[in-house]
Amino acid sequence: MAVMQVDRRRGQLAALSIAAVVIIVGVPLWWRTTETYRAWLPVSQIKDLAKLQLHLSADVEVVFARGTVTPEQQKKVPLTQTQDEEHTVDEDTTLRYRYETKYRTATIMEEDALKKPTAAEADLSLHMLSESPCGSLVVYVIPESSSLLPEDVNVYIGQRRTALVRISAQMRVGKTLEQLLAQLEPQIKQVLQVMSFSHTDITVALSDRVRFRPGNKESIADSMRAFKSSPGYEITFSLLNPDPKSHQLHWDIEGAVQTYIQPLLTKLSPLANFSMDSQTLYYTMLGVTPRFDSSFEAYTLNADSLAHVINPVEARLGSNAASSNPVLNFLLYVPDIRHSPLYIHDHRKQEVPSNAFHSPRWGGIMVYNVNGFYGSETEFPVHVNINMAKVMGVFLAQLRLLLGVQSLSPPPGFLVAPCGSAGLADWELDRLMWSRSVENIATATTTITSLAQLLDQIGNIVINDNIAQQVSSAVTSLQLAMAELEVGNLGFALQYSKEAILASEKAFFDPSLLHLLYFPDDQKFAIYIPLFLPMCVPILLSMLKIVSEARQRRREKQAKKE
Amino acid sequence: MAAHRCSWWSWLLILFSLSVFVVADIHETTPVNDHHGGVDHNAQTAEQTADQPAVEERRWEATEVKEAATVDAAADIQGTSAPETVVPSSVPQPKDDFQEELVIRPLHSGDIYASFQFRTLWDTDFMRENKVSHYRLFPKSLGQVISKFSVRELHISFTQGYWRTMQWGQPFIPSPPGAELWVWFQDSVTDVDATWKELTNVLSGIFCASLNFIDSTNTVQPSASFKPLGIGNVTDHSFVRYATLPREIVCTENLTPWKKLLPCGSKAGLAVLLKSEKLFHSSFHSQAVHIRSVCQDWQCKTTSWELRQTLNSVFDLHNSGQTKREWSLFKMFSRTLTEACPLASSSKLYIDITDNPQGEQFELSPATSLLSQAVVLGDRRTFSVYDLTQETTFGSVRSLNLLIRWKSNEGEMLRPLLHAERYVAGYGLQTGEIHTLMYNNHPYRSFPVLLLDSVPWYLRLYIHTLSVTSKGKDNKPSYIHYEPSKDRVKPHLLEMLIQLPPNSVTEVTVQFERALLKWTEYPPDPNHGFYVGSSVISSLVPSTVAMHTNSTQERPLFSSFFPCKEESSYFVRIYTEPLLVNLPTPDFSMPYNVICLTCTVVAVGYGSLYNLLTRSFQIEEPNPGLAKRIANVIRRMRGVPPL
Repeated sequence: MAVMQVDRRRGQLAALSIAAVVIIVGVPLWWRTTETYRAWLPVSQIKDLAKLQLHLSADVEVVFARGTVTPEQQKKVPLTQTQDEEHTVDEDTTLRYRYETKYRTATIMEEDALKKPTAAEADLSLHMLSESPCGSLVVYVIPESSSLLPEDVNVYIGQRRTALVRISAQMRVGKTLEQLLAQLEPQIKQVLQVMSFSHTDITVALSDRVRFRPGNKESIADSMRAFKSSPGYEITFSLLNPDPKSHQLHWDIEGAVQTYIQPLLTKLSPLANFSMDSQTLYYTMLGVTPRFDSSFEAYTLNADSLAHVINPVEARLGSNAASSNPVLNFLLYVPDIRHSPLYIHDHRKQEVPSNAFHSPRWGGIMVYNVNGFYGSETEFPVHVNINMAKVMGVFLAQLRLLLGVQSLSPPPGFLVAPCGSAGLADWELDRLMWSRSVENIATATTTITSLAQLLDQIGNIVINDNIAQQVSSAVTSLQLAMAELEVGNLGFALQYSKEAILASEKAFFDPSLLHLLYFPDDQKFAIYIPLFLPMCVPILLSMLKIVSEARQRRREKQAKKE
Repeated sequence: MAAHRCSWWSWLLILFSLSVFVVADIHETTPVNDHHGGVDHNAQTAEQTADQPAVEERRWEATEVKEAATVDAAADIQGTSAPETVVPSSVPQPKDDFQEELVIRPLHSGDIYASFQFRTLWDTDFMRENKVSHYRLFPKSLGQVISKFSVRELHISFTQGYWRTMQWGQPFIPSPPGAELWVWFQDSVTDVDATWKELTNVLSGIFCASLNFIDSTNTVQPSASFKPLGIGNVTDHSFVRYATLPREIVCTENLTPWKKLLPCGSKAGLAVLLKSEKLFHSSFHSQAVHIRSVCQDWQCKTTSWELRQTLNSVFDLHNSGQTKREWSLFKMFSRTLTEACPLASSSKLYIDITDNPQGEQFELSPATSLLSQAVVLGDRRTFSVYDLTQETTFGSVRSLNLLIRWKSNEGEMLRPLLHAERYVAGYGLQTGEIHTLMYNNHPYRSFPVLLLDSVPWYLRLYIHTLSVTSKGKDNKPSYIHYEPSKDRVKPHLLEMLIQLPPNSVTEVTVQFERALLKWTEYPPDPNHGFYVGSSVISSLVPSTVAMHTNSTQERPLFSSFFPCKEESSYFVRIYTEPLLVNLPTPDFSMPYNVICLTCTVVAVGYGSLYNLLTRSFQIEEPNPGLAKRIANVIRRMRGVPPL
């Protein structure tokens, strides 16, 4: 009997030790060998990014010219003043605008500049004196007697980052400086709305994060038209000649691009990289057959059918083989001889004067009629030299719209200087940079947070070190960009936001994230069961037996005591 | 006079600004989809979206030309560009040129060989930095590829079917079955392998082909076989990459992008004949794109880029249910020719009538008086020429439907001087032997050939078994370049320079062992076998007639592809058949079976061990034997006490 007891004891110990080995060695080994590699991600920082608090601050310098403030007022001019404005866009996004206004009186050289005969000249010479950094503004307050501005104009917005504000007579007479400043404030605010960021622009830029609810259709159209922010754009000019038998077209695209497009793109170069090319496509037909309208003696294309025009042409345009940047297409269509002249009609059946249309986030198309060259005894093919000035005027206008340069109508009493040879004023570039930085930040934060969410939800995804590195660098760049926006360094903010968007997209679209994603669970069990079932059942059974025996023994002991 | 001019300008300016000041105040207000803008659909939208389901997100707006932009523009015109005018005389000379031609050769086997060539020449420099490129005739997509990847030369071909040299003679431009790509890069490329990888991916997008399957396991760097065909004496073979995909199947989806590269597309000129339903109903189909830089004049002071698109096909008219031996353009292509491509500077149709000098073999209608002689592949051939740029070619019916009616079946084809074939010998799934036979049919001249073999790593070549014999004797190659393979990384590369004796067969054999792949490395349908690309044989074959060595001389396109350095010989490249080799193929449910079996074995072993360790054993009373039990039963029945 005692021998049997010893034997049983030995059996129990063996079962226990086998179970211990399985638990201490086997389970960790299995765990380690089947584990997916997941590198560390800055989860808490990403969570912080999900709640976005954007601070935008702009420096404004208000300069009083001689004759606007009295000497005793001059002494009391406050050095700086800050204004804060806070908007809550939705529960996760808040915006805070801060305008830091510095006041000073004009220097002698500035006074000289303000004495120039016209506002444009004054603007230029003020620009020569000091160059204000990107994102900041200088507002010159000039006396009502100044002859710089015409009668009905109170505010002049220059080509650079300066504005001239005329002080009116009743503002000044017998008032204290505080009252004067209070009087000036609404006007300066209006100037800021035009020349720097405005709340509408910024909310439109946030549309990737926050669903934008515009008030009217007009503003949807405005918000949908421009291309999304991207580190580069490809611009392609295509000349479509569906009838090379009758028309031999010559376009000096090389010269035209240099003269009209390049200055604008050079100006926009801090925003993105642009590359341009052009091609000529023959025998490309439009998707719709134009109808002959006898009242106009011409063929017409209705606005309704324009959506169908482009699809067959697009197949021939070809995508860019060398990069994955978005392509802006500008098509010049010369109608074939049987459908000439061709005019585009709008919804009200009116001829469109420019004979051109544009499609949001795609490009523009212009119809160029050459029927003026057909004589009674013209010999075909007709050689036509295309008037590039006319064409490029249209394409340039379309390009500005598609790149998001808003040509807003100024408030009454404002005079906006015509943008010079570059086709873009400095402050317009600033506006674009403000909204692009905000847009980049919004897009990058959404990308990063949704990537983090995805990785959190699907545990099977392998996170390699390079992805973790991209995510961290995106997060760092985002934080830097937001910090730069807060202190008003627009150029750096844009630079960092571009880096953030590049890194976040790279991480999000990395192919290695997809490898183990679709390894189904049933197959995993099919492989595990033949191994685990025969191993674990005896261990479990003997454990149960040991436990029940132990319990029985205790009961017996208690019974004995009693 | 000056005042007059000034007023002319101002008049123009006023007129022009007037025309753009009338600003259209139109906004087409198609509301966007609900999920974009969150605007309610009204009846109009519903109607519109029903009309245009594919384009509903696209909104069109009339362009308002801002005055500011155009005023600038108008100010600029005066300086830069002339107003639109008809300029018949001062048309700038275009720097590009397009030619097209079609050669038709009736073959002795009764088949018809049709070879299309389209050539675009462009005097430009792709390699200049930051250059805005403006394309006219040259396709933009290929131009971007050249400049982005710094390509010096690019040759790509897609072939369906195998060219039968012994029946059909030499093709104008040879190509192996499947896809072939070889590229020379500029010296400025630092990481050739990465560029090559990216280039193949881009090309697979352009040509809709599986070129993305080209990786390091099927790419080689030939040291001598593939020299640049354009200008430039590059000898550093680290800038060349060569790959074939013998398994690639060529079909309509490859033809469509190829046709898109032509300036006239398939709308005009010879390309209207390229209808895929007829073209792929042929014994052989090969389409190719060759890009290289060539000399513009014989002194080679200036160079230009040449894009040559070729399409070769062999129609088998016997098998397609024809009882009479005659064919026409319409029967072959189901189209006739009506015009030349208006952009082409020359557009010609050549018919090879060398074997038919007096019209005793076949009859050609409509007849042409225009004859041309050209030296092609060491042979002087005569062609009837139809110039499509001439109105008279099309006659009164305004269409050209060429007809050949055979009269007799006779005529012997000249045997091609160089010919090669290849096969796999051996049995079983462990080892095998590759045999390559090269025939020199020249009666008295011997000439050297370069043989290139690229064998995938899963056939492990035993290079010590390499033997080259001709006429029963050992023929020692004068040059051997061998790069051994590396499993799953790179293939074998074997290049040899062998002298072929006159009128002989040279046999190259090498033994190999078949590797066992990992189960995930097998393609779908592994029992079909694995393809091994064609061997490439390049040679300078002695010519019976003098070849033209001046490459810039005006010649038909088909005779000017391979540059010719000397008069006495011409360059020939021959591809052998691709091989189809069976590899040992496992049963693919095997991994799971193995897992189950292993687990069962482990479970049984483990189970008994576990029982031994944990159970306690005791001795039981032995049971009485069977006989004793039966005896007891009987005893009980008899009422006798049991044993």
